[in-house]
Amino acid sequence: MDLITPNLGLIFWQLVVFLLVLFLLAKFAWKPILTSLREREDSIESALRMADQAKLEMQQLKAGNEKLLTEARQERDKIMQEAGQMANQLIEQAKNKATEEGSRMIMQAREAIQNEKNSALAEVKNTAAKLSIDIAERILRRELTDPTAQQQLVNSYLQEVKLN
Amino acid sequence: MKRLLIALFCILSLPVFANEPASTQAEATDKEAFSPGEMILHHISDSHEWHFATLGDEEHGTHLTLPLPVIAYQPTKGLSVFSSSRLAHGQSYNGLKLEHEHLVAEDGGHVYDFSITKNVASLLLSALLLLLVFTAVARGYGKNRNGAPRGIQSFFEPIIVFVRDEVAKKSIGPKYERYMPYLLTIFFFIWFNNLLGLMPGGANLTGNIAVTLTLAVLTLIITLASSNKYYWSHIFATPGVPKALLPIMIPVELIGVVVKPFSLMVRLFANITAGHIVILSFISLIFIFRSAAVSPVSIAFGLFINVLELLVAILQAYIFTLLTAMYIGGAVEEHHDADHQIGGDNAAAPAHGHAH
Repeated sequence: MDLITPNLGLIFWQLVVFLLVLFLLAKFAWKPILTSLREREDSIESALRMADQAKLEMQQLKAGNEKLLTEARQERDKIMQEAGQMANQLIEQAKNKATEEGSRMIMQAREAIQNEKNSALAEVKNTAAKLSIDIAERILRRELTDPTAQQQLVNSYLQEVKLN
Repeated sequence: MKRLLIALFCILSLPVFANEPASTQAEATDKEAFSPGEMILHHISDSHEWHFATLGDEEHGTHLTLPLPVIAYQPTKGLSVFSSSRLAHGQSYNGLKLEHEHLVAEDGGHVYDFSITKNVASLLLSALLLLLVFTAVARGYGKNRNGAPRGIQSFFEPIIVFVRDEVAKKSIGPKYERYMPYLLTIFFFIWFNNLLGLMPGGANLTGNIAVTLTLAVLTLIITLASSNKYYWSHIFATPGVPKALLPIMIPVELIGVVVKPFSLMVRLFANITAGHIVILSFISLIFIFRSAAVSPVSIAFGLFINVLELLVAILQAYIFTLLTAMYIGGAVEEHHDADHQIGGDNAAAPAHGHAH
């Protein structure tokens, strides 16, 4: 029965040594170990959370970029369209202006031609008249050398005046 | 399993005891008669010297022993400290002598024996080992903040995390942190000492009733010190029990408080001691049959049991820690569900006893 009789000395040493080991380990081993374990777990957890957050932010950023890109594309399309319209307009305007200018120049040319024609006609008329007068003068000078003929002419003029 | 082994041992030892009268008769003629019972008991019990081996015969051979200090207190003579080598071979010193490994006074007076026996020396060695190992582990955490564990740290970290998550958190609940130092210390203390006991020449420390008694009493003290009113209301006014039955229930519950640590004490003591006995009895077979032909069988079985004991070493440490955590958990639990918890413990404790 020696085996199941607790020995007082061993109980004493076991108690003293165990409590000492418990105290020393609690202070110098378990406390730093458990604290570091918790710290590490916390840091891992926060890192995971941060990664998740970063992923979400990335997604948001990507979505924002996509939106910006579509907006930019739309803007570009709009600008292109507007530019096309403007160019068309400009061309139209230029065309119109050119046509107008052309027709105006033609008109001017016509007018000038008419004027030239008129003045040329007037000159021809004047020259013809002068020539006629000259011819008439010369004819008259020759005819009126005879005084009867002169008398006859004056009479015809007078008759004409009377008639008026 | 353990029961089976003990039964096996009993069967194996039957011829031993049967042979005993024959061997005592033969003692007159053959002084070297081998007594396995004596040899095994010598190996599993405490001693005032650390005996490793004997070269040559018992009487005249060389004993390879480490003498250990004897510290004795006698009310009449006071304290005396001396080496155990002075008490070797039945010699007496300072009025003290050893009788079957017990320190007694020659004048018959009372002796308080606080000697550094083989078990105490092993205890001190294990304490030193625990401190060295776990301060080294802790240093790893200091050096390598928030990094991956390295070296010895990575070996012990999963075990520490297991004790924290699977034992303490699950059994105690939110207040587990206060009890972590005790649970971790008790786990590694039992495990290290179980392994040291399996070393050749090692002491049977965790298979000593005084050691398991101390550990069980510490668990009892911690359980009672952390108990709340629900724990006591469960004992003195068990919910759902008619008032008339309380005179029976209260003593039963009070006995339960003591039986829990008692089962812890007996389980660890019996498991470790039985393991040592089984291994030693397999080795004894060689000497019982006085034939080297038996040795392959003995060694094969001994090796098998030794490897099994390596498993039992950590298993018993785990069971002791788990049950301690469950008892503490039952004492600190806040609501009345605690009833089921404690009931579960009572049911679980004998089950473990059967299993091992």
